[in-house]
Amino acid sequence: MRDVSIIGIGQTPVGEHWDTGLRQLAYHALRDAMIDAGVERVDALYVGNMLSGEISAQAHLGALIADFAGMRGIEAVKIEAACASGAAAVRQGLIGVASGMQDVVAVVGVEKMTDNIGSKVTAGLAEAADADYETVHGISFVGLNALVMRRYMYEYGLKHEDFAAFSVNAHANGAKNPNAMFRSPITEKTFLNAGMVADPISLFDASPMCDGAAAVILCPTELAKQFTDNSVRIAASTIATDSVAIHDRKNPIWLQAAEDSARQAYKLSGYKPEDMDFFELHDAFTIMSALSLEACGFAEPGQGTRLAKEGEITLGGKIPISTMGGLKSRGHPVGATGVYQIVESVLQLRGDAGENQIPNARVGMAQNIGGSGATIVTHILERNE
Amino acid sequence: MTIEIARHWRLKSQRYGLVGEECPVCGGKIFPPRDVCPHCAEEAGPAYQFSGKGEVYSHTTIFNAPEGFEDQVPYTVALVKLEEGPMITAQLTDVDTDDVEIGMPVEMVTRKLSQQGDEGLIVYGYKFRPQLATAA
Repeated sequence: MRDVSIIGIGQTPVGEHWDTGLRQLAYHALRDAMIDAGVERVDALYVGNMLSGEISAQAHLGALIADFAGMRGIEAVKIEAACASGAAAVRQGLIGVASGMQDVVAVVGVEKMTDNIGSKVTAGLAEAADADYETVHGISFVGLNALVMRRYMYEYGLKHEDFAAFSVNAHANGAKNPNAMFRSPITEKTFLNAGMVADPISLFDASPMCDGAAAVILCPTELAKQFTDNSVRIAASTIATDSVAIHDRKNPIWLQAAEDSARQAYKLSGYKPEDMDFFELHDAFTIMSALSLEACGFAEPGQGTRLAKEGEITLGGKIPISTMGGLKSRGHPVGATGVYQIVESVLQLRGDAGENQIPNARVGMAQNIGGSGATIVTHILERNE
Repeated sequence: MTIEIARHWRLKSQRYGLVGEECPVCGGKIFPPRDVCPHCAEEAGPAYQFSGKGEVYSHTTIFNAPEGFEDQVPYTVALVKLEEGPMITAQLTDVDTDDVEIGMPVEMVTRKLSQQGDEGLIVYGYKFRPQLATAA
């Protein structure tokens, strides 16, 4: 197996792109990544996307985007794993390069959520859940996370305000990221005054619906120097799964697939949680931040919110998270999110994260969650010296 | 309007009767029924009738509903731990949202889950209500 590195990155601003369609968004990110890498053609394109069929009546994104980007003829497919589609597509790209079947591969994550009405998008997102046994009862995707959050608060005696620090941190970092959707800091008071979406999840616990695309270019590490001096090595790439329905889990307030994929990633890379200079976790909801920190070994069970309250998740803390705003403030264009996390990790490792730079970041982890925890993709990235 | 009558019809025994399975190998009670036992990975066994009694493990009130449920807002969905072991997702009914709490004993009833417009399919299935006191 060949070692794989990232030699180019691209991203569009996240937001409501009324004048830009799905294919244009994907192309813009892809073009920027290819320019960044200095490549004119790739051997294959993997597209991470969840909802193009439901929202834009468009399937078949591999061929569509390859053609639109001027690369008609190349191998191209879409990878779908609900909200983890982006990172799952990156892993497919890695498998292509590592196997020796492809040398230079492009991965683009894209989601166009504003092409349909709210209830239709809400129903689309709920397709990540179990249609016959969860969604049929009218539970929304937010509602599923609310069920987990309520039980978690009950088990550990927590209040809603205990989750505020996650949202405040994400907005503080997003405010300084030019590509973030929400670029204003918030206070704990803003968090507490927000309207309820699905009790106990309020508007400021939840990430927004939005459009966006992000892309990376991969090649064998041994060839990376030919393209760039600031490549980033993929030290580990893992996927683990759990039951799709929350009610089928052994412990609904524990992300077993996060623990499994992180443990395997630590083993493959030789790194430990304490080696991580940052952790781009999947903060689709504040509860997911707490559960991710716990499952990946950064906090004991039930202690995730304490880590946040003590300031350890901020840029200067022990384990900075959501360093460019996270899903909460940068935005959560579903199938693109996993690629955004990796693009932002590369910015940190290159020293290009601007005002949000973590001094001398050398190794970091990105974790992308599909559904309420059924597919979890973990990547550990490190600077190539 | 989608044509999905068969999709709901084939689930009638679990939707209306809470019929699951009992694993012939490990004895685990399984709901919803599946072809492979989630506990021991052996082929799952004969039908098993659940009592319909359980308790609330967690609950939420939905204010922003998915398509098809907008007219029910606000409504309460719970994770219900059945007394035989499995947990299921279902709406709570016949109870004020403010009165719902974790640990509350509930029992299954059959109700309308959703209706797809005036002429569309009506989906029936299980919901849960607070357990009625048993007659002495």
